[in-house]
Amino acid sequence: MIGVIDYGMGNLFSLSKALERLGYPYEVVAEPEQLNTYSGLLVPGVGAFGDAMRNMQDIGMDLAIVRFAESGRPVLGICLGMQLLFSESEEHGLHKGLGLLPGRVIRFQGERKVPHMGWNQLEIKQEKHPLLAGVSPGEYVYFVHSYHVQVERKEHLLADTDYGYPVTAIVAKGQVAGMQFHPEKSGATGIRLLQNFAKQCEGVLS
Amino acid sequence: MLAKRIIPCLDVKDGRVVKGVQFLGLKDAGDPVELAAKYSEEGADELVFLDISASHEGRKTMVDVIERTAANITIPFTVGGGINSVDDMKRILRAGADKISLNTAAVLQPDLIKQGATSFGCQCIVVAIDAKMIAPGKWEVFTHGGRNATGRDVLEWALEAERLGAGEILLTSMDDDGEKKGFGIELTKLISQSVHIPVIASGGAGNVDHFYEVLTEGKADAALAASIFHYEETSIAAVKETLIQKGVAIRHE
Repeated sequence: MIGVIDYGMGNLFSLSKALERLGYPYEVVAEPEQLNTYSGLLVPGVGAFGDAMRNMQDIGMDLAIVRFAESGRPVLGICLGMQLLFSESEEHGLHKGLGLLPGRVIRFQGERKVPHMGWNQLEIKQEKHPLLAGVSPGEYVYFVHSYHVQVERKEHLLADTDYGYPVTAIVAKGQVAGMQFHPEKSGATGIRLLQNFAKQCEGVLS
Repeated sequence: MLAKRIIPCLDVKDGRVVKGVQFLGLKDAGDPVELAAKYSEEGADELVFLDISASHEGRKTMVDVIERTAANITIPFTVGGGINSVDDMKRILRAGADKISLNTAAVLQPDLIKQGATSFGCQCIVVAIDAKMIAPGKWEVFTHGGRNATGRDVLEWALEAERLGAGEILLTSMDDDGEKKGFGIELTKLISQSVHIPVIASGGAGNVDHFYEVLTEGKADAALAASIFHYEETSIAAVKETLIQKGVAIRHE
């Protein structure tokens, strides 16, 4: 069973429906003490980094997610949910993140329009990673974000995308992974990526 | 490379898609969810639903349409029409829409843009602007479905909307809308080059060359059309294929 974390930031409906269509059992979970019952966690989220961390801290969800990740079970952060996995963010002041991955969230630099909104192509850096099974370089996924992640260590970067310069798209460190785009809104490619994550969760069960 | 987006728009009244028929008013054109799925299959990059229901009951059926759409398609979609408060926005986003579009309500209470952006993130607030040329190089904002002149300048309003937290602008050229002679290139270019958020061009699509013009010369980030796709004068797949051949960055399988 996959737990989809509800901490008051964003639209859980599309993500839940995507899991439903894939036939993976899931529950929306808002109580930190419940996390232990799941084989994997999805951390969604849209909105501001600081608000999201505050919402999580208010109910103790931050610590619960970190503990869950430390147990070796899969965690996937999506969009803001991915950014929250990192050490810190510069969005409206400096905020500490969950610190499961080393790196920093920064504002887009340069002339391009912000938000980076629409379909952009994946440039795959680690093609053998199980999370990327069946996904080819150049496939399009749907992005919408104004801040992006600078990973501290190259080995955590699975794919990036070009928006004037390379922008972090998929990251992973052990069983903790993140996607900056919205797999639940990214057509067949997104569904395949979610499926790969769900398979990781199943592996934990068996 | 970031792809230019092709976006079909569906007018929805009391839970059904309607098409305007000249001199005859509106004609039922089917289930919005089925049509949304068809467009998604054909390669639409996003969808826009415009709720033109006049009644409270009609508006309630929209929530059902949104829920069923979100359960059936895996591309983003925007819902506009009759959204007047943060509660309205919440209802629509909770039902599964990715973005909400504000038009008249944003002009009447610009703070709504800010409230929406603060509550849900600027990425889900689209400000729709209906623009009519009043002098060479000058356009005025119209509201209430293009019936009311506001005296406001389109460029100034677009910049203010961006400042208030809009994540995107849906720009309709009233002079070109329904004419099928091409998008308002001059208008689109002016706005798209002045703001720092994406601009969706709307109004005037008659053939694939019009899409090419507005996405290149017009500097639009996306192009929206309704009737050209509804009446199957061309398909989304055909438009995208031609654009790819012409070297435009377009999403394809």
